[in-house]
Amino acid sequence: MSEILVLVEHVDGEVKKVTLELLTLARGQGAPSAVWAGPGYTEEVRARLAEYGAEKVYVADSQEIVDYVVAPKAELLAQLVASASAGGVLVAATAEGKEIAGRLAIKTDSGVITDAVGLGEGFVADQSIFGGGVNVRSRVAKGTPIVAVRPNSVTPEPAAGAGAEERVSVTLSDAARAARVAERVKEEKGARPELAEAAIVVSGGRGVGSAEDFALIERLADSLGAAVGASRAATDLGWYPHQFQVGQTGKTVSPQLYIAVGISGAIQHRAGMQTAKTIIAVNKDSEAPIFELADFGVVGDLFQVVPQLIEEIEKRK
Amino acid sequence: MNIVVCVKQVPDTATERKLRSDDKTLDRDAADGVINELDEYAVEEALKLKEAHGGEAAVTVLTMGPAKATETIRKALAMGADKAVHLTDDALHGSDALSTSYAMAQALGRIGFDLVVLGSESTDARTGVLAAMLAERLGVAQLTQAKKVEVSGTSIAVERVTEYGYDKVEATLPAVVSVVEKINEPRYPSFKGIMAAKKKPVETLSVADAGIAADQVGLAGAWSEVAEFAAAPPRGAGTIVKGDGDGGTKTADFLVTKKFI
Ligand SMILES: Cc1cc2nc3c(=O)[nH]c(=O)nc-3n(C[C@H](O)[C@H](O)[C@H](O)COP(=O)(O)OP(=O)(O)OC[C@H]3O[C@@H](n4cnc5c(N)ncnc54)[C@H](O)[C@@H]3O)c2cc1C
Ligand SMILES: Nc1ncnc2c1ncn2[C@@H]1O[C@H](COP(=O)(O)O)[C@@H](O)[C@H]1O
Repeated sequence: MSEILVLVEHVDGEVKKVTLELLTLARGQGAPSAVWAGPGYTEEVRARLAEYGAEKVYVADSQEIVDYVVAPKAELLAQLVASASAGGVLVAATAEGKEIAGRLAIKTDSGVITDAVGLGEGFVADQSIFGGGVNVRSRVAKGTPIVAVRPNSVTPEPAAGAGAEERVSVTLSDAARAARVAERVKEEKGARPELAEAAIVVSGGRGVGSAEDFALIERLADSLGAAVGASRAATDLGWYPHQFQVGQTGKTVSPQLYIAVGISGAIQHRAGMQTAKTIIAVNKDSEAPIFELADFGVVGDLFQVVPQLIEEIEKRK
Repeated sequence: MNIVVCVKQVPDTATERKLRSDDKTLDRDAADGVINELDEYAVEEALKLKEAHGGEAAVTVLTMGPAKATETIRKALAMGADKAVHLTDDALHGSDALSTSYAMAQALGRIGFDLVVLGSESTDARTGVLAAMLAERLGVAQLTQAKKVEVSGTSIAVERVTEYGYDKVEATLPAVVSVVEKINEPRYPSFKGIMAAKKKPVETLSVADAGIAADQVGLAGAWSEVAEFAAAPPRGAGTIVKGDGDGGTKTADFLVTKKFI
C-alpha cells in the first residue's frame, strides 16, 4: 500500500480536528503518514495521530519552517513525496492549506484539487461549485494527486496505526526564504470551538444591530456548543472581529448545522456556508434570499425568536 | 516601478452559472462576464501604490481569457491602469490552475514586473491558488492574503490574514501579492476615465507570442479534470414558519427532530 501524506494542522501544539478527518479519508486511499511541520511536536501529538491511523509520523519541527510564508511547507512535502513515493497528499482546505497545495503541485508536476467535500476511490474528489448549484467529481490527470479537503467533510474515526516517528530535516532553498514572517499577531479567540472546524455555527448579520447585541448570538452559540460567525456587514461595522467573517472572502464553513440570524444571504455570504448539512434562518423579511437555502426558517424578529430559542434549548437539554 | 495587476473575467454571480455538457468547462456564453470582484480591489491597490510613488510607476493589466474579456480589461483601464496585455488563444480554453499559472508566468516574463497584484480568489474557479503558484513559478516572494501593503524602495511589507489574526511579512521586490477585500474601497471609473480607457494600449498575446508550450495548456494539457458533474439536487423546500410568538419554540422542536438537542 502506498503512503498517503497528510499535512498536520496544529495550533499551540495541538492537532486540529480536520487532521483526524484527513487521516480517516487517507485510510481509504493507502497507508496514512502524518507530516508535522513547525515547532511544538510532542509525544502526545504522535499518540493522537497514531490513534487515528497514522502508520508513520514525519516530524520536521525546526523553527525555520514557520519563519517564512508557505514555501517551506511545500518544500518539505515535495521532499517527502519523492522519498516516500507517496500515492497522494491531503491538506486542509484553509487559505494557507490551498496555497501549500498549489506550490506543491508545481514542485511535483502534479494536479491539485481544492475544496473537496468528499473523496472516493482513486482520489476522485467531490466538489460543490457555483454557490452549491452544481456537484462535480474531479480527478488528477498527471502526477501525484494533491487534494485540499474542507473541514467537516467526514466524521473522524479512530483506527490504531503504528505511528512510527521519523525525523526529517529540510534544507530550504533561497526562494523559500523570500517572504519572512517578522511578527505574528494573534487576535483573541476565546473558549468556543474554532469556526472552520465547528460542528455547529451560529452567525449574526446586520440585523443584530450592534456590537452589544452580538452577546445574544454568543449566548445562542454557547447553548449549542457552537462557534460564532458573522456576515461581512457585521464585521465591517466593527460589531464582531473580522476573523469570524463567513463567506467568499472570509472563512468557508461546512458544519452539520448553520444558523443564520439577521443575515440576508447575499451570494458572497452563501459561498462560505452553503455546504452546511442543515441550515436554519431567522429573518424578519420573508423575501430574504437566505430562506431559499434554509431547511428551517423563522420569519420574525430575532430579538423575540432568539431569546425564546435559547430558553427552550436550556429547558430540553 | 512596474506593477502588473491580474484581472479575470468571471460569469456574473447573480446569473445562473453552468458547465458545458460537451467538454465540462465553464459555460462563458451562458452568463454575462464581469470583472472578478476581488480583482477590483487588486486594481485599486495597484493604483494606490502608484500614487504613493508620486506616479512613478506603470500599472499594467494582465488578463487571460477569451476575446470578450476585453470588456473587463477596459473596466480596469477606466479605473486608471495605464495599459493592458490580453493573453488570448483558443489553445488556452479549458486550462486548469496549473496551466493558467504556467501561461500567466510566461506572459509575466515577457511583460517584466517588480510587483504582481492579484485578488485572493475568483468567484468562478474559487481555487485561491493562483498567486501562490505564480510566486512558485517565478521564484519570487509570496505575499498573499494581504490586508495592507507598503512598498518603500525595494522593500515590501504586508499584513497577511491568517487563521488566528494576521502576520507581518517582509520581503524584497520582486514579489507577488494577493489582496483580501478589506484592504481598500475600489474607486468607480469616472466618465473621463472611461473615455480615456478607450485610447489606452491593449496588447494581444497568443500562446506562440508568449512562448507557451501549447501541450501544457488547455483541456488536453490540464493536470486535473472534471470526471462528471450534475446539478445539485434542490435542497428540498425547507419549512418556513411565521414568528408569531412561538418561533423560538418551533425552532427548538426542529432541532430536536434533527437530534441537535
Ligand atoms: C468582494 C466582496 C466580498 C464579500 N465577501 C463577503 C463575505 O465573505 N461574507 C459576507 O457575509 N459578505 C460578503 N460580502 C458582502 C455581501 O455582499 C453582503 O453585503 C453581506 O453579506 C450582507 O450582510 P448581512 O446579510 O448581514 O446584511 P444585510 O444584507 O443588510 O441583511 C440584514 C438582514 O437582517 C434582517 N433583519 C434586520 N433586523 C432584523 C431583526 N430585528 N430580526 C430579524 N431579522 C432582521 C434584514 O431583513 C436583512 O435580511 C462581500 C461583498 C463583496 C463586494
Ligand atoms: N485568467 C485569468 N486572468 C487574469 N488573472 C487571473 C486569471 N485567473 C485567475 N486570475 C487571478 O488570480 C486570482 C485568484 O484566482 P483563482 O485562483 O482562480 O481563485 C484572481 O483574483 C485573479 O487576480
